[in-house]
Amino acid sequence: MTQSQPLLDVQHLKVDFRTEDGVVHAVDDVSFQVQPGEVLAVVGESGSGKSVTAMTLMGLTRSPNAKFGGSAKLRDLDLVGATDEQLRKVRGKEIAMIFQDPMTSLNPVHRIGAQIVEQIQAHEDVSDAEARDRVVKLLERVGIPRAAERVDSYPHEFSGGMRQRVMIAMAMSNDPSLLIADEPTTALDVTIQAQILHEMRDLRERSNTAIILVTHDLGVVADIADRIAVMYSGRIVETGTLDEIFYDPQHPYTWGLLGSITRIDRERPKRLPSIPGSPPSLLAAPEGCHFRPRCRHEFGDCVKYPQLEGRIPESPGHDDRCWLPVEEKRKRREIAPGQIGLEMEGATA
Amino acid sequence: MSVSISQAPEAATQEDGETLLDVQHVKQHFPIRSGILNRTTAHVHAVDDVTFRLKKGETLGLVGESGCGKTTLSRTIMRLIEPTDGTIAFDGNDITRTGRRQLRPLRRDLQMVFQDPFASLNPRKRIREILAAPLELHGVAKGDVEKRTEDLIERVGLSREHVNRYPHEFSGGQRQRIGIARALALEPKLIVLDEPVSALDVSIQAQIVNLLEDLQDDFGLTYLFVAHDLSVVRHVSDRIAVMYLGKIMELSPSEELYVKPIHPYTAALLSAIPVPDPKLNRQRERIVVGGEPPSPVNPPSGCVFHTRCPRARDLCKVEVPRLSAYPNGHVAACHYPLNVTEAEVAASTKSPLSPVNSGDTQPERVEDPNAPLRSGVAVDAPSA
Amino acid sequence: MVTFVIRRLVAMVFVLFMVSVLTFLIFNVIPNSDPAVQMAGKNVTPQVVEQIRKEWGFDQNIVVQYGKTMQKVFTGELISYNNRVNVVEEIKRGAPRTFSLAIGAALTWLVIGVALGLFTAVRAGKWSDSLVTVLALIGISMPVFWLGALASYYLGYKAGIFPNGGYETFSEGGIGGWVQHLILPWVVLATLFIGVYSRVVRSSVLDTINDDYVRTARAKGLSERRVLVKHVLRNSLIPVVTLWGLDFSLAIGGGAILTETVFDLQGIGQYLAESIRRLDVPPVLAITLFGAFFIVIFNTLIDIVYAFLDPRIRLQ
Repeated sequence: MTQSQPLLDVQHLKVDFRTEDGVVHAVDDVSFQVQPGEVLAVVGESGSGKSVTAMTLMGLTRSPNAKFGGSAKLRDLDLVGATDEQLRKVRGKEIAMIFQDPMTSLNPVHRIGAQIVEQIQAHEDVSDAEARDRVVKLLERVGIPRAAERVDSYPHEFSGGMRQRVMIAMAMSNDPSLLIADEPTTALDVTIQAQILHEMRDLRERSNTAIILVTHDLGVVADIADRIAVMYSGRIVETGTLDEIFYDPQHPYTWGLLGSITRIDRERPKRLPSIPGSPPSLLAAPEGCHFRPRCRHEFGDCVKYPQLEGRIPESPGHDDRCWLPVEEKRKRREIAPGQIGLEMEGATA
Repeated sequence: MSVSISQAPEAATQEDGETLLDVQHVKQHFPIRSGILNRTTAHVHAVDDVTFRLKKGETLGLVGESGCGKTTLSRTIMRLIEPTDGTIAFDGNDITRTGRRQLRPLRRDLQMVFQDPFASLNPRKRIREILAAPLELHGVAKGDVEKRTEDLIERVGLSREHVNRYPHEFSGGQRQRIGIARALALEPKLIVLDEPVSALDVSIQAQIVNLLEDLQDDFGLTYLFVAHDLSVVRHVSDRIAVMYLGKIMELSPSEELYVKPIHPYTAALLSAIPVPDPKLNRQRERIVVGGEPPSPVNPPSGCVFHTRCPRARDLCKVEVPRLSAYPNGHVAACHYPLNVTEAEVAASTKSPLSPVNSGDTQPERVEDPNAPLRSGVAVDAPSA
Repeated sequence: MVTFVIRRLVAMVFVLFMVSVLTFLIFNVIPNSDPAVQMAGKNVTPQVVEQIRKEWGFDQNIVVQYGKTMQKVFTGELISYNNRVNVVEEIKRGAPRTFSLAIGAALTWLVIGVALGLFTAVRAGKWSDSLVTVLALIGISMPVFWLGALASYYLGYKAGIFPNGGYETFSEGGIGGWVQHLILPWVVLATLFIGVYSRVVRSSVLDTINDDYVRTARAKGLSERRVLVKHVLRNSLIPVVTLWGLDFSLAIGGGAILTETVFDLQGIGQYLAESIRRLDVPPVLAITLFGAFFIVIFNTLIDIVYAFLDPRIRLQ
């Protein structure tokens, strides 16, 4: 990995929403970088802030109730501070996004070909015929059979997997250098999910597109990611390479996530490990480490605000927010021989 | 109650123990009307001849992707719709064609938990009303109702005062707990769970699955657990049935399914599940089954999976494979099965679960059935 | 799409037939009194009654009666026994007036209603939204005859800005005169609907603005204007089209009675009101039939337009 200028450099990103009940700190001091052609997985559960982060990069969270802090530099342009016009120019061109639900993400009354042509023509002065040609080729590339005919179909005439492929084709229509995928396979069947992931891997090979993959499924991540950022309660609690996160996880929440995955390649455990309790409200998170109430390893230092920093000299770039000494972490995370997890206390609210 | 592997041989035979649910050759064909005169031009073969039995205290996992018919089957079993053909017997009573009035008392014993925790609770009612409704409907005394609803809510892991709140004040996982409490209210015998954890985060899924297991032990419940993939269902099930395009492809004691999948579709499903272990993933040979499931309006001839199966041969296009019985109560509908020995294939018989229109041809062991399927797009991947 | 259109047209013909039978039954069969006497209205003499009985077939079976009734109405041989006037001719005379009123008002309320709806949707939550909402509710609450009378009196009679009722054809006063006579009626009739439509459009736009595909449109880098027009408006106005079709056809079919009467436009609605007062059955029968027919036909057209706008409907 060359130390070239990163494609995307997010520094101390903060997103607050003003609501009737108070200020929701949806994203709280998030920093990460994405290199050209790299796949970064942002993993977390509902309420972790991962989707808000992704949408903020695209400028889709701008509203009168939202306040932003920090920066997100796409090469030289700060996406957070950019004007609406600057943002509009790069959206759909340099940086593109695909969303979770392909059923509702396409306009039902316009043909899909027209919707893709629209995106091309928003950024380039291209004739209708030429744009249409490009669209047919794009559809063929993502594996849509009979593309020349299907280009005039309406979204409801496609199945979920096909619609997601159309979304991918649309996002890639202007050859973006960064693709943000927000839970792109969650709504799809397992075999179709495998196909779409295959498609995305292909994308990376062919066009060297960097991908930010937002998901709650660590399994999907193991297939495709180079680096992982684990988010909890608005913060990144751990970040590292794929192998570092899976084989040397440092944060108890990461242990919990890894532990609660059903492994089909292993013997069935007596009880499915889970993480007790629920994520804290983003209106009033605990002081210091947000994971404290659910962490069985909590101790005195945890009330102090933990920085996201590298705590393992041999692994630069592997950062986390846990106060425990590294040796302690490596000991405590093994709840059974060869089994990483956060041992659960029993079913609670 | 979870039946462990060592007890499998006894549990596997359908004759032992009390049969709570007996589904025989059930079909559900929905008519499609088109043309100017709105005539019935075709049928959606949502469920196409499914047979199985559920024993008391057992959990049967029903797995398949969209369009396989599992949801339609679960609704047919619940008698929310009437089957086009076949019979359903619950606790010894034939409920295939019974009317709504006669079905009423049965509803005590046959309950359902739904997939979407956000849509299945009435947003205008407090939890106490939602839980009290089934009790009041079935004549539980007023005084008892309050106590029972509070007991119920505690039993599913929430606190007593939660009964005064509205659904929107709870998270998805908590709402699903409430849905489970509602299903439990009348102490049913059988609970049909239609993808109860699909809409939840992974760690919450684990909490709910653990809760379901505890409740099964405490209340002596029988579960039909419908899911769309094989990872979640593994933990709760004693046996698992894999469905594709309205038919059962394979039915097996659950542990055995993961170690010894016989049907190529099951193998493909297992292979598609990403394993959270990068080193393993890099080595693992992954089968990417191409194309999409064909339309249930015009199912393929012979074996319905033949259009996407990398192992398909001429016979597969022509003859509907019987469900062949292998040791341990493991059945699979494939002419050229995987992971079976020569002896097993020779000894296999035609299971009574086989569809009526299936053939009698003995399966054949070909190539090296223990080698993983080679990846690739299947013959003539059908268009969407 | 073709199947859809054909199916709708076939259904329409069926409905028209049922409507005609129903109207016939209501007027000529169900009432307890002698239909011939009823038809004669105030001009009751034994000879007239006998003549009516023969012409309308009241001495014969019901099918013949139905046939004769329909023949009279649709071949224009229908006369009112009160004043010996040809009913269908009268209707033809009044039709352009009613249509002028209805079309003008309908376009007015559509344009202003959509504009206000869009305005308040974009400014949802702000004080301008609340202000317009209140005005809309006031508009909905004011009865047409009250508003019409007020407008006609103060702006017409007293101030002389507008003519004091009446209708001018093109030949009489040119376009200027025609418009001048119709402005107040248009505004009065439209007021109620503007209130309703601004609310409907507001809620439809607010729904659509939060839809996922609008988010996708923004993510594609489209200009905000294009997002609003091609994605938000295009989708949120579809239900408004059906609503407008229904309201417009109702206005023609008789909903504009009050407005016509207050402003003395001498249109079909006013003719209907006068006929009812005079207990003159033939005009009421004919207008009911024509009105119902118009509503059915126009709404079938709207259905077809809807399918054109929303491809998902064509599957039905």
